[in-house]
Parts: sequence; structure tokens; C-alpha cells
Amino acid sequence: MKEGPRIQDLDWTLLAIAGVICAIGVLEIYSATHTSAMAGMQTRQLIWIGIGLAGMFLVSRIDYHALLDQAPGLYLFGVAMLLIVLLVGHARSGAKRWLPLGGLMNLQVSELMKLIIIIVLARYLSEVRTDRLTFKDLVKVAALTVVPVALILVQPDLGTAMVLIPVALTGAFLAGIQWKHWLVGAVLVGLMVPIGWNMRHHLKPYQQQRIKTFLHPEENPRGAGYQILQSQIAVGSGGFWGKGFGKGSQNQLGFVPVRYSDFILAALAEEQGFIGVCVVLLLYLGLVLRLVDNAQKAKDRAGMYVVMGVTAILGFHVLVNASMVIGYMPVTGIPLPLMSYGGSATAFVFLALGLVMNVHMRRYVN
Amino acid sequence: MAPWNISEEKIPQTRLALFSYVSVIISVALLVGFWKLQVVQSGHFADLAERNRVRSIPIIAPRGPMLDREGRVLVDNYPSFSILLLRDDEKLLERSLPLIEQGLDISDDDLRDQLDAAKDEPKFQPVVIKPAASEADIAFVESHRADLPVLELMMVERRRYPYGEMLASAIGYVGEVSPQQLDQSAGRYRPGDLVGKAGLEKEYNDTLEGTDGMRRVVVNSVGKTVRTLDNVEAIPGKPIQLTIDYDLQTIAEADLGDREGAVVAMDARTGEILAMASRPTFNPNDFAIRIPADEWKKLNSDPDAPLLDRAIQAQLAPGSVFKVVMATAMLESKAIPASFTVFCPGHAEFYGRTFHCWQPNGHGEVDFHRAIVDSCDVYFYNVGKLLGIDQIDYYATGLGLGRRTGVDLPAEESGLMPSEEWVQRVFHHKWYAGETISVAIGQGAVTATPIQMARAIAAVASGGLLVQPHLLKGMNLSKTEHFPLSDATVEKVTQGMYGVVNEGGTGASLKLANIELCGKSGTAQLMSVETGSRLGKNNKNDGWFVGYAPRRNPEIVVAAVVQDTAEHGGTAAGPVVRDIVKGYYDKKTARSQQQASMQGPSPLGTGSRPLVATVGAKQQ
Repeated sequence: MKEGPRIQDLDWTLLAIAGVICAIGVLEIYSATHTSAMAGMQTRQLIWIGIGLAGMFLVSRIDYHALLDQAPGLYLFGVAMLLIVLLVGHARSGAKRWLPLGGLMNLQVSELMKLIIIIVLARYLSEVRTDRLTFKDLVKVAALTVVPVALILVQPDLGTAMVLIPVALTGAFLAGIQWKHWLVGAVLVGLMVPIGWNMRHHLKPYQQQRIKTFLHPEENPRGAGYQILQSQIAVGSGGFWGKGFGKGSQNQLGFVPVRYSDFILAALAEEQGFIGVCVVLLLYLGLVLRLVDNAQKAKDRAGMYVVMGVTAILGFHVLVNASMVIGYMPVTGIPLPLMSYGGSATAFVFLALGLVMNVHMRRYVN
Repeated sequence: MAPWNISEEKIPQTRLALFSYVSVIISVALLVGFWKLQVVQSGHFADLAERNRVRSIPIIAPRGPMLDREGRVLVDNYPSFSILLLRDDEKLLERSLPLIEQGLDISDDDLRDQLDAAKDEPKFQPVVIKPAASEADIAFVESHRADLPVLELMMVERRRYPYGEMLASAIGYVGEVSPQQLDQSAGRYRPGDLVGKAGLEKEYNDTLEGTDGMRRVVVNSVGKTVRTLDNVEAIPGKPIQLTIDYDLQTIAEADLGDREGAVVAMDARTGEILAMASRPTFNPNDFAIRIPADEWKKLNSDPDAPLLDRAIQAQLAPGSVFKVVMATAMLESKAIPASFTVFCPGHAEFYGRTFHCWQPNGHGEVDFHRAIVDSCDVYFYNVGKLLGIDQIDYYATGLGLGRRTGVDLPAEESGLMPSEEWVQRVFHHKWYAGETISVAIGQGAVTATPIQMARAIAAVASGGLLVQPHLLKGMNLSKTEHFPLSDATVEKVTQGMYGVVNEGGTGASLKLANIELCGKSGTAQLMSVETGSRLGKNNKNDGWFVGYAPRRNPEIVVAAVVQDTAEHGGTAAGPVVRDIVKGYYDKKTARSQQQASMQGPSPLGTGSRPLVATVGAKQQ
């Protein structure tokens, strides 16, 4: 290393897009909660954003190669943490997702695992020397992914478990997965569906309910389907121009479920209309395109895989969350990155962006 | 440098570019999804959002109270809560029913019946599932705001009849609007609305009932009211003042007691009804909420017919009271001279049949005056035979029998005055002359209601003024009639009725000091003496007394009938009449004393002297 990267080498465009999205999120959190007992949430979200930004700078300082050096250790650490969570983690929201840390802060281990899996897969795939992924490599990638997925799934947290899969799929695709392997995978998934359907009774009741609700949302308006329906009502009634800031009845009167977090896009759609949704979705598109651009300009495969892992997770979050809000996907508890209220989720996104900055700053360094 | 070897080869850039393209496609797809909801279906969802947040709660207008002639409250309202069931969301409703049934103790059938009855109404209109909710019911609704948002409370002014059965048959009752009324009301009524069903409540329903208001409130997701959107206040119903005198009504009710019968007391000059009672009767408070089906059935099928207002609906043989009509007809028609006398041996034979006098030993030689005073049947058999049915019909109808008086109550009966034409029309045969003999003493086909008899007797005493009986103070009296009678006739007939009370007649026990109480008794047999003894009953009489005061141009007339009694009219019904007339004059005296003491030069001085003179003058 000849010269350390400097602060002006950060991807300011990416940071600006993220900043605008955060600002919109904070405003909408304020609008959704200021009249309720939860007033003041936007301040806490701002604090989280600040902590996230600090983390981002921190992560960007450490050369990502050094991080990738530690991949096996990080992986073992992550898996061990997941196991500890399963064994001793205290129940919260019916799921053992949270680990008491320092008595003050709860770190969502699964969020950490998202970062680790990005690093681990980047490390593994960057060692593949060809443009074609062999079957052996593919199985290894799958195996590395399946372990944490399984551990998160039994917490149970279907949403976060699912989020890890796009990282692996994206990595495999970029590494040059072969058509025949796609086919094998497709057949395997095809076989899994009926098995999974028969296994559905082993899902937790709330998960069964969520799937049932997704398939027949109008059947139980006050139950789980109520959430999707109320979200759709909020979005639909917003119309083209929206009802105005702080004027959405679905939002203000609490008909939209967790309107400050998972359903923040519904609250925004009601108050800012289709126009507001366009702005937000275009910002996310800009974010993703900017990330891909960073991947293309990465110095090496390792950097590229890191950036694309982040892209895959963030893109997947946006896709699933937005689809859920308009009733195209079941309620999975996947938040909208940078907008939804939530400490560890926000921190994760900034740490992930820190990885991207890390790669960005070192694209010319040799 | 690293312990692991990064492949130096770059990944083909097309693979990365593909991600950009896919992102754009996904973004467009999502925007299409939002477009569908926010632009294509936005109207539909705006409706749903509005239905979520806005809840319409009717504000029921209180019915107008009823006051007596002195402004005393006879009927008013009290506040209570009704529980409403909101029906906007059918699935939610269906899911909530079991908990509601359990919490409010309503049977599933009952609840579903009520929902069924309202199924054609707009969905935003709630259904009243529990009128007059108890405190426990209200607590249940309040504590289940979050999980039973389909329930709502509504404050309702409910009808109260403070005196229960008093005046009940005239006041009537309120009840839930019937399906037919709903259909005809063109949206004015909602299911469960209370309307006047009988009596004055029905007659003056339009006045008494106000216009309901509507409150639209914004509720949050747990059903709590956040703020009021708009509030269309209810317009309360107007009060009505009745001609009823509470004090006289109290006397009428007390005197009638538990006996079957009816009383009507009326101002003979104006037709203002001062008291009106019917027995057996009902308690309208029982109807004010929602009368259980079995109780309603019981009231309706009760052989004693408690829902019948006997004062205007009981069509009874008037018995000897009818002799006043006969006497008037006899003198007015001039078909029989006033000096006509008859020897009464206790019976007489007409058309091959023996007709008895009520006095088996006979009255001996009877003239016009004694015929009325002693109520001699044989005398009036002869008058009847000489007059013929059509002459009797002419005068009876002229005095208001056989037709409605026009009292402002629903379902007044007309009674029946038979005639040759009537027999021909109804029975298609000629009039049997023997029937006339029975009609002459108020038996046979002739029937009349107590209010008709009160009016007829007052008409005779006032020279042919047929007032329009009414209960609403100050109403427009378009149905007042005149059936002019000669002064000579009036003088002779009223002398007879004066004698009934004051000259040892059939009402001798009713004599009042200082009051010219006149009248005529009647004791109508419901079955022949033979039938009565065969059934082991000989108390099947309707005892009448119609009295008035003073003798000429009376102020007050009272008709009383006690049904199914062993006594005669003079003793069974007479005291009721006497007490009311006495009550009327007592009040009048008290009133003029009060006036005198207020207007007199010295409150402690000799102000009472002109008062005595006034009372004395009235009695002449």
C-alpha cells in the first residue's frame, strides 16, 4: 500500500442518494408517529443514521482485502453467534433474533450475518480462476449459504433467511454459473415446492398465517390479511398527488400497520401519492445503478463481489418490501432500507455502504 | 500480498450490466403496480379509506312531551343508551357475532333476525341491537372498542309514561316502525325507529316526532373517536297540550278501579275531553323499549282486550240511556203529544210477544216526566211502536249515534243505529216491527260508544249542539254540528233527567248539593234472563250512567259504563259520573276563590263574599 485513501475519495454521489432517501424516511417517520404515543421516533432514527455513518467511515478505512482475509474467522464467528442466539437469545416478538449486548443495545445477529455472508462469498468466489463456475464450486457456495440460512430460518426469521439467498445467486451468476447447473437448481427447487408445501405444517403458525393471508387477503380483514388490505387502501387512496404531508387518514389514524417501519412506503404512498412513490423508487433505482457502476469499476474481483453482494441484498429488500406494500408479496418483515425505522437495520445498510466505499476508494490504488 | 489469490481476470462486464437492466425492469414493474392502485383503482380505495375512518351515528330526536290542560307533564322522555351494530364490513361483522351474542346476552336467532330485517337498508346505516342498554352492556361495549369496532353506543331519549296505566288507552304507545311503514316512509324511517303505534302517540306522531340528526365522526384503527366531522343536530319533536285535566283523570281512574268499562268526561260546550279512561288497560312503558314477542301476543289475544280503548271503541247497547233519545224524538217529531201517558203493569204485549219492564210490579200510570225519571220500559215500548224505526233513526242519527264523533284518536268505532234501509242492505229482508220495541229501550241492534252517548246527551241538554270531542287543546273544530231542538223539548227532557237524580229517580243516590247534576242511567242486558240463569250467571249487565251539569246548556258531561256487572247503571256507573262532576265544580270553586283573593281589594278582607254569589249564580 503506497498511499491511504482520502476522505474525498468517498463515493459522494452514492452517499447523496442514500442521504436523500434517509431524509425522506425521517420525514415520513415523523409524519407517521408525531401524533401518537411514539412521537419523537424520528430523532432516534437520526441518531441511528449518525451511528451508521460513523460505522460506514470506519469500515471504509479498513482495506477490504484485510476484511476478506478474516473471512473464515468471521464466518465461524457469525455461525457461532447464530447458535448462541438460538440457545440463549431471549425471545422478542416471538422470535429469538436478538442478543443482549452490553446491556443497552441489542444487536440483531442476523443483520451482522448479512455482512459476513457478503464477505465470505466474495472471498470464496474471487478465488475462482475462470469465468465458469464448476459444479464443485457451486456446491461449496450453496453449502456456505445454507448453514446460516438454516440457522436464521429456525429462529424463525423467514425474511432475513431469504435475504441471504440473493447474495449467493448473484455471486454464482457473476462467477459464471453454467446453464445445466441452472437447470439442476431449477429442478431441485421445483421438487422442493411440493415437499415444502407438505412440510408447511412444520412452519410456525404465524408463518402459515402469513402465507394463507397472502393467498387470500380478504378472508380475514382484522387478522393478518388486514395488514395487506390496509396497506393497499393507504396506497390506493393516496391517488396520483397524495393527500399531503401528515394528512393520510390511513397513516394518521393507525390503520396502516407498523407504518413507521415495514409499511413506511404505504404511509408515504398515501401522503405523497404516485408522484412520491416515483421519486422514492427512482432514488432506489439510482442507488442500485450507482452500486453496479461501483462494481464495474472495482479494482479486482473481490471488490466487485463485495459491491454486488451489497447490491443484491439492498435490491432484494426494496423489491420485496415494495411488493408487499402493494400486496404482490406476503408480509415477511423485510424493511425498506434507509427509510424504515430501525436501529440495526439502518446500521447494517450503512456498514454495507461502508464496504462499497471501501472498494470505491481503492479502485485506483495498486 | 494476501494469503489467498484473487483471480486477476475481470468478470465479463455484460454480466454486471445485466443487473442494471434487471433493476430498471423491476422498478418499472413496481411502478406499474403502484399505478394500478393509485391511479386505476384510487377511487375504490379512497372509498375504503373513507369508510375506515368515518362512522355515522344517528342522533335520535326526542319525541315531544304531552301535557295536560294545566301544563302538567303526562308523557315525557328519559335518556338511555342504545347499542348499535355497524354493518359496513360484513366479514368482520360475521366474525364478531358470537362474542357480541355472549357479551350482550342476545340469542343468535334474535340478532340474525334483526340483521335480516335491515338487509335492504344502506350498509352505512347501523342497526339497533339493544335498546335501553344496561350499565353492564355499556361497559361491555366500552371495553371491547378495539376488538369489536362494529359496536357503537347511541344516546336516545326514550319515552316515559310517569303515570303508567293512567290515560294509557288514549295516549297509546310507541313501537318499532313496521316493515310496511318503512316501505311507505320513503327513507324517513330506519329499521328500529320508534313511532306512535296507537292512541295520541299515533294520531299526533308527525307533531311529536322530531327530525333525527346525524353525527359523523373520525375513528382511528381501534375504533376510538378522534374528532367529530360534522354534527347535524336533531330537531326535537313538539310538545302537545291535551284537554285532559289530570285531577279529573285521577278521579276517573280511581273510580273505575279494576272494573271493566270506560269513562269519558267532556266539556259540553267545546268538546274538550277532560278525562278518558278504559279498563282493563295496559302500561305503555312496557312498549317503550322493545316489547318481547310473547308479551305482545298475550296483550293482543287477551280475551279482556286490554288494548281496546273502550271509551271510543266499545260498541255497546246503550240501554235506558237511549230513552233520552226516544223522548227527544217523541217531542220533536210531534207524532205523540207531550201529555201521552201509559199504564205500566210491568209488561206489555207487542206483535204477539211479551216485553217486560225492568220493574216487574209495574210503574202504574206513567207520564212523560215519570217515564224518564223512573225509566219505565213499557212507556217507551209504546213510544217506539208509535214512532217507528225510521223516525227513531232520524233523531238518533241527528244526535250523533251510528257515526263517528270525529274525536282525534285513531280507530274510533261508529256504533250502530239500525234502520229499515240498514236491514235491507245488510240482511236483505224487511224490518221486523218487533225489533223497534227492543230498540226503543236501547237494546236490540242499536249500539253506541261511551263518547257517542256523552255527546248525544250533552247535545239534547244544550239544544242540539253536537260538539267535536277532542284531546288536543286549541284544535280546529271543523266537525261541530247543530241539530236544532225546540226549547220546549229541551226543557221537558232535561227536567226528566234532572228528576232522575234529584226527584228520587234511578240516580237518586247521586244527588249533589249545590250542583244541578242531571243524567240518565242505563242497564243493558247482555243476554236474556233465561240464558243467564241457564249459564248460572245473572250479572251480565252493562251499567251506564251519562250525567251532566247544569241542567240547561251544560258545562260538563260524563258518560261512564261498567261492563259485566250485577249492579244497575245508576249504582255501578253513577258514582263515577258524580265524583267527576263534583271534582270539576270543586276545582272551579277553588279557582274562583283564588282569583277573588288575588283580585280583591284586601286579601284578608271580605273578598270572599262575591265568590259565594258567583257560585250561587252558577247553580241556578
